[in-house]
Amino acid sequence: MRLVPKQIETLWTLFTAPVVWAAHFLVCYIGAAIYCAKPELVELSFSAVRAGIAAATVIALSLIALSAWLAWQQWGFGTDDPPHDDPTRRDRTLFQGFATLLLSGLSFIAVIFTALPALFLTECIR
Amino acid sequence: MSAAVKERSREEYKAQEERLRAVWANPAGWRYWTSVNNYQIGLWYGSAAFAFMLFAGALALLMRLQLAVPDNDFLSADFFNQAFTLHGTVMMFLFAVPIFEAVAIFLLPPMLGAREMPFPRLGAFSFWSFLLGGIFVCGSIFFNAAPSAGWFMYPPLATDKEFSGIGADIWLLGLSFIEVASIAAAVELIVGIMKCRAPGMRINLMPLFAWYLLIVAGMILFAFPPLIAGDLLFEMERMFDWPFFDAARGGDPLLWQHLFWIFGHPEVYIIFLPAIALMAMIVPTFSQRPIVGYSWIVLAAVGTGFLSFGLWVHHMFATGLPQISLAFFSAASEAVAIPTGVQIFVFIATMLAGRVIFSTPMLFGTGGLAIFVIGGLTGVMVALAPFDWQAHDTYFVVAHLHYVLIGGMLFPVVAGLYYYYPLIDAKKLSDLLGRLAFWLMFCGFNIAFFPMHLSGLRGMPRRVFTYPAEIGWDWLNLISTAGAFIFAAGVLVVVFDVIRPKHRQPRGEFNPWNAGTLEWISEPEENWGVRSIPIVRSRYPLWDQRDLARKVNEGRYYLPDAEEGWREGLVTSVLDAEPIQVLRVGGTSHVTIVSALSLGAAFIALTFHWWIATALASIICFCAVIYWLWTGTGEIPEKPDKDVGLGLSLPLYASGSDSVGWWAMFITMVGDGTAFASLVFGYFFYWTIHADFTAGIAGPDAVWSLIAASLFAAAWGLMVAARTVNRRGTTATMRGLLVLSLLTTVAASAAGLAAPLSPGMDPTRHVYPAIVWILVIWVLAHAALGTVMQAYCLARSLAGRLTPNHDMDLGNVVLYWHFLLIAAVITFAIIGLFPAAM
Repeated sequence: MRLVPKQIETLWTLFTAPVVWAAHFLVCYIGAAIYCAKPELVELSFSAVRAGIAAATVIALSLIALSAWLAWQQWGFGTDDPPHDDPTRRDRTLFQGFATLLLSGLSFIAVIFTALPALFLTECIR
Repeated sequence: MSAAVKERSREEYKAQEERLRAVWANPAGWRYWTSVNNYQIGLWYGSAAFAFMLFAGALALLMRLQLAVPDNDFLSADFFNQAFTLHGTVMMFLFAVPIFEAVAIFLLPPMLGAREMPFPRLGAFSFWSFLLGGIFVCGSIFFNAAPSAGWFMYPPLATDKEFSGIGADIWLLGLSFIEVASIAAAVELIVGIMKCRAPGMRINLMPLFAWYLLIVAGMILFAFPPLIAGDLLFEMERMFDWPFFDAARGGDPLLWQHLFWIFGHPEVYIIFLPAIALMAMIVPTFSQRPIVGYSWIVLAAVGTGFLSFGLWVHHMFATGLPQISLAFFSAASEAVAIPTGVQIFVFIATMLAGRVIFSTPMLFGTGGLAIFVIGGLTGVMVALAPFDWQAHDTYFVVAHLHYVLIGGMLFPVVAGLYYYYPLIDAKKLSDLLGRLAFWLMFCGFNIAFFPMHLSGLRGMPRRVFTYPAEIGWDWLNLISTAGAFIFAAGVLVVVFDVIRPKHRQPRGEFNPWNAGTLEWISEPEENWGVRSIPIVRSRYPLWDQRDLARKVNEGRYYLPDAEEGWREGLVTSVLDAEPIQVLRVGGTSHVTIVSALSLGAAFIALTFHWWIATALASIICFCAVIYWLWTGTGEIPEKPDKDVGLGLSLPLYASGSDSVGWWAMFITMVGDGTAFASLVFGYFFYWTIHADFTAGIAGPDAVWSLIAASLFAAAWGLMVAARTVNRRGTTATMRGLLVLSLLTTVAASAAGLAAPLSPGMDPTRHVYPAIVWILVIWVLAHAALGTVMQAYCLARSLAGRLTPNHDMDLGNVVLYWHFLLIAAVITFAIIGLFPAAM
């Protein structure tokens, strides 16, 4: 059994990390918004919301790290430098890997940005 | 070389050229306007958008005159309200977004080495819709009937018929119509960029302009539908008194703000990215070297595209949302500065690495970026909630947004105009006038808008029509007015430069800037895009493939001929651009104009509640679209394959996910699904804001809901089965299944109607029945369209236009049904089961 998925030939892998960012963002925002609007729905304190955000963040960062590792692999572990502009399948794959790696980096930072408020805010103040 | 590319005689070559020219030629006389060619459509689209921009600019000058001195009575308060509303609306919806669609339609085919966009008639339809909708919205001010509640139309002001007359309806319906045009353009761009690139143009060789536009078109699919959903709710409230935004009956004005800004913030980047895309073409040319950091630009485009959807609430910081919500959006607003900054550094690096030629386009480009950076920095300031609470709704925000939009969009567009003008007219614009225009615009802009930061910090609110003398705003406003007129003078110089007669000027050389990308081999005199479709081996083919232009023009590559009299292009694979199909596209036609004008007439008649006229126009539009589909799409070719040259033979027909039509359907339905998701968001939004969101009203009948969902699932299953048996060749069974599926759909719709009808839910009484009804109506309307598609497939099959081997229509309809099934199951599960579960 493979631990990591096999490399697949598609454009969509480029968007993996940003999609994870978007999902994480929505989970945090919607979760907190529903909690603050309907605190009676679940008998939990705000710390639970913060713990939930922390858990979501760990999951999101792990997924992005996985996407980054796959991208690094697709990029040939950095054995070849950009610009990857030869008209070959190999350079096209390297380009995809490198661009995906960059996007994973940006998404990683953006997920951390999104999670930061939960470090500082302790209640649903308006 | 193979025998297929043996030297042809001169006569043969001439004959090929003549046939190709004839196929792509425009009709003469008044029929010129029936052209669907990307050159004409792009040019008309751009000219119309530019004209709307000048109109909105004139409104801005009127406003600046009014604000020049305190206690001025040059304009009435009401006219001032109409002027600023129309100024913002027109600049955003009729200039900033359409101008990029125009540039894309004009430039993309030659840039990708294609002959045409994949759906030229759809492009023409989009243009005519835009033109009609635009004239309707702009014209309203001459009848003192323009919208006057601000360009984002906040309820309760804009839903109140006493305070906002017919103007609000004109805004809602006129712009909904234009939003449809934008989504049509997005479909065309995505399919064009993914499937219609020249052979060999792998995604790592694609021009950056195409990368940007691909992302922008994707953003349109997710940004515009929430606004369309919002418009639907809004118009239902104004027309039929359904209380979506009326707090007294359980509605909430904030829902509109959410839906508007889920569109409105990505919109800023939808405007900005294409302008930056122009810079990504201009900077390498004038640095005479490839862009530094191609992959980084792709990172920036994709990254900005995603992050821009996490910013919308920063327009709502002052509405009293929980601080943790504000903080999420504040964080994302700061994060988006990273990819934005990357692009600017890439340009600087490219300029540093090359030898920069400071031409007029570069002047506009770099000047615009300098302005944009200032706007970006104030953007970082207002993204901080505490600062925003101080600056909210003041002139500081007015200054910020104009720095962003004019620096990030208008200046690069003018740069693009000076750069690409030789592709329109084979002549350059005047360098002298260009430089004059730049300095007038650059200085005028800063003189006009920089003081607004200060008047804003001194507390001047936006949208006031006048102000008293003694509070320290007067001289700042006077300077702003003076600057606005200097800026306008610069714009007029550009206009003069474009429209002044140039027939005495000799024809310019090809590729006058010595650019490296493919669009520069197209000739303004020819309509065919490229004489033959080349094989691309570089990011800058004109620099690296020395004999490319000659060989293209000698017809030595693919499809140099049009023997069968069709307009043809190549479809290639997404990643490596390997040729897979010959695509025959629609030619000159009236049907696009008739469809667009009748659809426009329906919207306009609806504004004035002329129901009969609305119905008539809708019927005409329906017939026109059916005629268009029947005669212009899914045509069965006279032979299965065609020799495209260079020894390659390709199929003429494709169905399922191999066909461009399938992609178009998929993309359209993704947009449609986003609008549906916005309505579902509305349902749960109302649930969160009320302790009991049903307000004690009996909800839809759960049994009817479940019956409806099951019947829709059955109808979907029958459709899938119909496609399968058709492929096996049992046509009669397929027809039977289609009829059965149609009947099941009708039964499912009746059950769906019974769900809210049986407990007698009255949508005007409270927002709960209203939101339930709107979801049900959404599904039923889609089901009605689904039955039309089923009947269409049946008719196509009976007419012999849908066969076991040529089943594109059926494949696309089944795809539609996948989406319909999802919408139906979600809707009836939610309305039937959720209230009981809570």
